[in-house]
Amino acid sequence: MTDLTAGTATPPIRRRVDITSPEAQAAIRRRYRAEARFKAYGLLAILTAAVFLTVLLVDVGTKAFPAFTTHSLQLDVAIPNDLVAPEQKNDPVAIRTADYLPVMRDTLRTAIPGVQGRGPERTLIRLISTGAADDIRERIVANPALIGTTIKAPLLLSDDADLYFKGAGTPIVVRPSRGVATPSDTSGSITITAPGNDFSENLVSVKLVMAERANALLADAERTSRSTAPNAAERAAELRKEATELAARANDRTAAETLDSRLPSLLVGINGGLVKISQLAADRIEGDVLLPLSSTNESQAGNWRILTYTTPESSRKITDLEVALLERFKANAQVERSFNWRFFTSGDSREPELAGIRGAIVGTALTLIVTLILCLPIGVAAAIYLEEFAPKNRFTDLIEVNINNLAAVPSIVFGLLGLAMFLNFFGLPRSAPLVGGLVLALLVLPTIIIASRAALKAVPPSIKEAALGVGASHQQAVFHHVLPLAMPGIMTGTIIGMAHALGETAPLLMIGMVAFIVDVPGGITDAATVLPVQIYLWSDLPELAFQAKTAGAIVVLLVFLFVMNGTAIWLRKRFERRW
Amino acid sequence: MTAIYFLTLACLVVAGYFIAAKRAQSLRAGPGGALHSLPTYHGLLAAVALIVPMILVFAIGTPLVKQLATSSVFNFFPPEIANDPLQRGVVLRDVSNLLDGRHQGDPSAALRDAAASYAGIFTTGRLAVLGIGTALGLLALFLVLSRISSTFRARNYFERFVIAVLILCALVAILTTIGIVFSVVWETYRFFFDPSLKGRPSVSEFLFGTEWNPQAALRADQGDIKTAFGFIPLLTGTLLITFIAILVAGPLGLFSAIYLSEYATPRFRAWAKPVLEILAGVPTVVLGFFAALTVAPYIRGWGESFGLDVASESALAAGLVMGMMIIPFISSLSDDVINAVPQSLRDGAYALGATKSETIKKVILPAALPGIVSAFMLAISRAIGETMIVVMAAGLAANLTFNPLEAVTTITVQIKTILVGDQEFDSAKTLAAFALGFVLFFVTLVLNIIAQQIVRRYREQYD
Repeated sequence: MTDLTAGTATPPIRRRVDITSPEAQAAIRRRYRAEARFKAYGLLAILTAAVFLTVLLVDVGTKAFPAFTTHSLQLDVAIPNDLVAPEQKNDPVAIRTADYLPVMRDTLRTAIPGVQGRGPERTLIRLISTGAADDIRERIVANPALIGTTIKAPLLLSDDADLYFKGAGTPIVVRPSRGVATPSDTSGSITITAPGNDFSENLVSVKLVMAERANALLADAERTSRSTAPNAAERAAELRKEATELAARANDRTAAETLDSRLPSLLVGINGGLVKISQLAADRIEGDVLLPLSSTNESQAGNWRILTYTTPESSRKITDLEVALLERFKANAQVERSFNWRFFTSGDSREPELAGIRGAIVGTALTLIVTLILCLPIGVAAAIYLEEFAPKNRFTDLIEVNINNLAAVPSIVFGLLGLAMFLNFFGLPRSAPLVGGLVLALLVLPTIIIASRAALKAVPPSIKEAALGVGASHQQAVFHHVLPLAMPGIMTGTIIGMAHALGETAPLLMIGMVAFIVDVPGGITDAATVLPVQIYLWSDLPELAFQAKTAGAIVVLLVFLFVMNGTAIWLRKRFERRW
Repeated sequence: MTAIYFLTLACLVVAGYFIAAKRAQSLRAGPGGALHSLPTYHGLLAAVALIVPMILVFAIGTPLVKQLATSSVFNFFPPEIANDPLQRGVVLRDVSNLLDGRHQGDPSAALRDAAASYAGIFTTGRLAVLGIGTALGLLALFLVLSRISSTFRARNYFERFVIAVLILCALVAILTTIGIVFSVVWETYRFFFDPSLKGRPSVSEFLFGTEWNPQAALRADQGDIKTAFGFIPLLTGTLLITFIAILVAGPLGLFSAIYLSEYATPRFRAWAKPVLEILAGVPTVVLGFFAALTVAPYIRGWGESFGLDVASESALAAGLVMGMMIIPFISSLSDDVINAVPQSLRDGAYALGATKSETIKKVILPAALPGIVSAFMLAISRAIGETMIVVMAAGLAANLTFNPLEAVTTITVQIKTILVGDQEFDSAKTLAAFALGFVLFFVTLVLNIIAQQIVRRYREQYD
């Protein structure tokens, strides 16, 4: 017994893993699950980036869509004989300086008869852009024989009117009538009686809105009473009182109601006119005439309508009168939608409907030409020197470290350089494409040097050696044999560098390219702006129409970028050679 | 005049090239026999001999003439006008308007005399420049022509010139750095130490002050102007937005790099790489527009639905979009370093039975860590220096806060805000922008140098 125990005293410790055991199987499953999870994280990361890019492009694209169309009124414009004095009929200066506002006013008055009073008339004239008169002016300057005739001309709508037709207005609900209605007058403040209780549904819905408002006020009062602000209790009490009054009015199903601008606008279309309701009861309304009625005759059931502009007047940019006028133009088939050529052919403007990107595009082109002329030769020469001729010493190292660091210097610092050096020290003109081009050239120089060096390095040494072998000098070998073979790579790098310069904004802000410039620049020392800066400027403006313009300019910029990068990729694919 | 000068130059260059080449060509047939250099090189050397002096004369002469003509104008005006920069400008504009025939009203006698003197000196001077330039160019040309012989080493001279041009071009990089350093350092020095500057802060006030309000310094009679240039709120704002950006871009960029280099099929790579490249190519002004008009309102609405009070220019919106901008940057840099890890390390881990993710987590990432760290540092430097996204989506108010839902401002936003619009170079406000630029340049430079050092050391390890 003892022998036996002594013989098996210290067996070697060996842990055996039985991979078929449930625990081991569970561990393997756990590890595989971890593997799948890890892989999914990676995929998710890429998909997130892709989704972000898609959302970005779709968002900008949808915002840009309205910028490419424009609406105008197709009207008969009568050019009066007395526009200019008879003896000046062929004098372009006189025609140019004539007053076209009365022409516009008469045209609009003829189109919608019956709009009276200073206020409504001004509303009418404000529907069209200030540029509409300029278009007429240009037409008459080009052809003075038009004076005294009537021409059919498109009158550009103002930005708010244009946006109305692009969906920034209000949905309109039209309900036909069931009974008869009688207006009391044809203009001014009038009463319409409808014994058939035609307005009862409208009254009910108004009461519903009031009840909702009362509830909201109560909730507000509740929140105020809980706050610690001074006189919170008084404020809450006030709110509660207001809420109670509102609720009482809402509960009284038959009492007449006054409509305000926070409620959807209710209108009555009767006898060819339009009346905006201010007092609403089930069987009669009081209101103001927006478009005059033709008579006070009783209107039969079905001949008159109740219109609802669903968006309350206070939450849209244009008034009920403007909506009514625009709808009338639309009903007369005088509104025309067309491609917005002006966006591409005119310079910047304070009026959104007149603003265009031609100035910015020309400025961009001039700036990029200066950049290209400077940085392509310098960049390629520097790359050739560093790659082919530079001796290995500290000085060369210094240049290389410098280039690598410059590639990572924030772009705004280059703007500071441009401001302090080019503008203040050398006294070059502000806002000029010349300075912009200089700054951008310094900015993209590292990119071009690095790309050119890579292209030169990719040419196999055997080619240079063969040239040297048949007696070429070092420079002849480089310039006659290596450089031509590296050219596609250099071009690709240059285009990518230029695309980078095209999208750059911050350094150009520093050198004053943010000025408001209407004229298209004619040379590299004229004040100009560039496309990205134009985008930045427009994005800052409060008018809603400029938001579409901004997005439109972005789309143009992105198209340019895609074309440039596409060309670079095509060049790489077409000329890439593997040795 | 400039056009005439360069037309002359072009004609002379073409003529010089052909004369020299012809002369060398004729030597070839003559008694000397073989030339040392090809005739082309003789021609090129002649052209260079013409171009260099003529360009030099033009570059020196034109500003000189302008200077002379300008100073002659002020002989006709009392010295107090000549010494006042504002009035100087007015006089010069009047003179140029008068010369262009755009002057309004009747010019004074002094102005007319000054204009005449300006025009006289200007015309004579430019003629002199043309004469001297042409003369020097021709002189150099004849020097070259006279030396042309079968043993003349024209190619060597020309190649020496080419090398000089190449070196000059390579020096542009150094000159740019010197220009940047000079412009920001000089103005920063004035900001802190120029005794004539009103309202300048001390260095410690700038570095440790907690209030930033450059506008106050202009109104010296109002408020405590000494504390207006406290840098701390800008630093915290910049760091907050950078932190959010890295929080977004770090994991997303790193995981996309891992997936692309370790898991993705070639087909998936061909699809995903361009997506990241396009994202990298979107101009920052577009991203800023997106951040300000889409992301910020969305975050605001989302916050309100939880009862949170979100500023309309929250740091979160700017940081998120900036993070999206940086994803491709981190991804492509990390992709490179992950691909640089030797295959043998992977094979070793697989042989021990590790799964792919275990290999990545325990072997590849530790091996690639220095490269990944440097990628993150470059990304941070990029985020700190980014301007347009924060200009459009972050605020102007210098709040000292770490709440991502509040509006903060950054260094770049302040530089842009101060320098866009009117600037006088003797106000502390304008110079403050250069001091901020100096900080920005310095910080990004240090980050880049460290990152490059890490990469270099890491490369040596595996080479």
